Amino acid sequence: MAYAAGVDVGSTQTKAIIIDEDAKIVGRALLDTGANVIQAAEDAFAEALTEGDINRDDVKYVIGTGYGRYRVTFGDSQVTEISCHGRGAVHLFPNTRTVVDMGGQDTKAISVTADGEITDFCMNDKCAAGTGRFLGAASAALDIPLDDLGPVSLQSTKPIKISTTCTVFAESEVLAWIGKGKKIEDILWGVHKSIASRSAGLMRRVGIEDEITFTGGVSRNQGMVKALEDRLEKKLNISEDCHYMGALGAAMFALDNILAARTPAETGANS
Amino acid sequence: MSTLEDTHELVGRGNIEGAALFRDWFAELGETAKTGGEAAYVFVMGSCNEILKTFDLPVVFPEITSLQTAVRHVAHELLEEAEDYGYSPDICGYVKADVAVQLRGGDHPMGRLPKPTISVLTNACNTYIKWAEIWERMYGTPMYTIDVPGTRQAGGQTWAGNADFEADRKYVEVQLRELITVCEQVTGKSFDIDKFRDILGHANTMTRCWSRMLELNSARPSVFNALTDGTIYLGVANGFRGTEEGARYFERLVEEMEYKVANGLGQDMDEQYRLLFVGVPCYPIFRRFNELFSEWGGTFVNSTYLWFASGGTNRGFEYDLNDPLASLAEGMLVSVRDAMDSMFHQDTVLEQMIADHHADGVIYHPIKSCRTVSTGLADGRRSLTEKTGTPSLFIESDMMDRRVVSEAQMKNRIDAFFEGLASRRQMAQAGPKD
Repeated sequence: MAYAAGVDVGSTQTKAIIIDEDAKIVGRALLDTGANVIQAAEDAFAEALTEGDINRDDVKYVIGTGYGRYRVTFGDSQVTEISCHGRGAVHLFPNTRTVVDMGGQDTKAISVTADGEITDFCMNDKCAAGTGRFLGAASAALDIPLDDLGPVSLQSTKPIKISTTCTVFAESEVLAWIGKGKKIEDILWGVHKSIASRSAGLMRRVGIEDEITFTGGVSRNQGMVKALEDRLEKKLNISEDCHYMGALGAAMFALDNILAARTPAETGANS
Repeated sequence: MSTLEDTHELVGRGNIEGAALFRDWFAELGETAKTGGEAAYVFVMGSCNEILKTFDLPVVFPEITSLQTAVRHVAHELLEEAEDYGYSPDICGYVKADVAVQLRGGDHPMGRLPKPTISVLTNACNTYIKWAEIWERMYGTPMYTIDVPGTRQAGGQTWAGNADFEADRKYVEVQLRELITVCEQVTGKSFDIDKFRDILGHANTMTRCWSRMLELNSARPSVFNALTDGTIYLGVANGFRGTEEGARYFERLVEEMEYKVANGLGQDMDEQYRLLFVGVPCYPIFRRFNELFSEWGGTFVNSTYLWFASGGTNRGFEYDLNDPLASLAEGMLVSVRDAMDSMFHQDTVLEQMIADHHADGVIYHPIKSCRTVSTGLADGRRSLTEKTGTPSLFIESDMMDRRVVSEAQMKNRIDAFFEGLASRRQMAQAGPKD
């Protein structure tokens, strides 16, 4: 059995996925990227191999993706995370036509065909407004762990409106609302709504078509899922593997390479 | 029939000679600054260089001198100086770089610039007017604004013989006559109509050559890069418009390109994807920006920049030397309108370019510091996609300010765009699925 792997080195976290020839996930890993990008890629790949109990030599093709894709030094080639999220989303949810990927420093809206071909995409510019970093600022200001932000925000009854879109100013605005005696859950829901609003704007630029799949680390945040669904008035495709979507898409491209390199005899085409 | 000697002599000649002309131009400006001589400040869309050259006025194109500071990696210092002086970060980078150069007494990385004796501008860009007002305040420089009536509606260009056009021509001609009077007062020289005719003749040669150049680049492989090489040609087309050197340069450039087409000599790359460029180049990383495309085998075969920044000479309008002033008025109407239309109705322009140049994709480059060029690009792109289905990429940065140019983010988008083009081509070659 040959295996294919994708390693997604993001600005905040590094993800690795290993799939078998049937495109079934057999190993995965997730860890913080940190300062040593090369090491993060190697560690994530090693962890995925261990989880799947797979020999390194049986992985016949590795693709690096994410901002650190060229630092996946053991990779065979690189593909952008834009293509990978599109490909992964269509693999997991075949009717996907729009992908929204929310990561640590950027948010992407991607339009895809049934084949996973990218027809258009749009990202936030150099400003990190409307990305996971915005949630990070709120987490720091309110001293609430990132993983608790979503559940707390969903308890809101009187949401406030966050007016800034700047991640740096978000912290001071949050503190100002606390000073006015607003409840933390109401402030947090306002933060989620603000991000949803900016993300919906990006999605409108590429066209919002059913079905929509939500990918990236922030897709684990239930508050963000609800805020986006409320804003778009549509249900979103979500899976536990959405966080790994870039790595999964990269692994799918890697599998394409393995299969394309096979001779007719190997594929049984002459039989 | 080609020989190695011909190839060696001809290929690349235009870039070398263009660079030499640039040096000559800036040497003339430096000498003028040193002697305190007269100089005109003008803009690329409707420069009136033909009239100014008749009065032997050296010309400064502040758009060109400013972009040169970005290409030479000093624009950021100038922008910060202008901002320290009180200009907002949101104001046009060209204006701010020029303001800083003026505050430095004309000190420019290519030499010293003379102070403006007169500024001549059209209404093609509102910033032109505000910019000239700065020199007016700094130096008391008289500014002369030519009001060029625009196209009434998209695709509604009118031509000589049409009643509206003829009324507009008279309106522009009267203004040109006033400009001549102002130039006579400023320079103390009388207007020489014969010299003016000679200048118009040279401009005709340049226009003819410019149109031919654009036409030649529809060849496969393309013979010049519309972004990198094209910017050199644009500089000469503007700075030397109506001059003998300019005419000779373009005749030789056409000779070079015709030779390349005849012998199937493309650019120094494996041309995989033919692209069109919309907007103003990213000058702070000018070479690198192009490499981000050429690394994938992408090359720019035409651009709206080669249209609007050439003052509309792509239209091929030639002056009637028997009726020079009326003809210059007609030419301004045709060229300035076309320049504006190329900016504001790109979808119409690009539809034609895609067909003529067999383009695989379109790159939109809206820039932070120019609303005139950038507003409407999103709508134009949407419209073009609906009409043609041609893949396009939208990348935002700036033509001057490196603080808003992020190469890593740009590369990510460009790589994804090419991945899409490759996938599309692969699928097309594989044929329809059962």
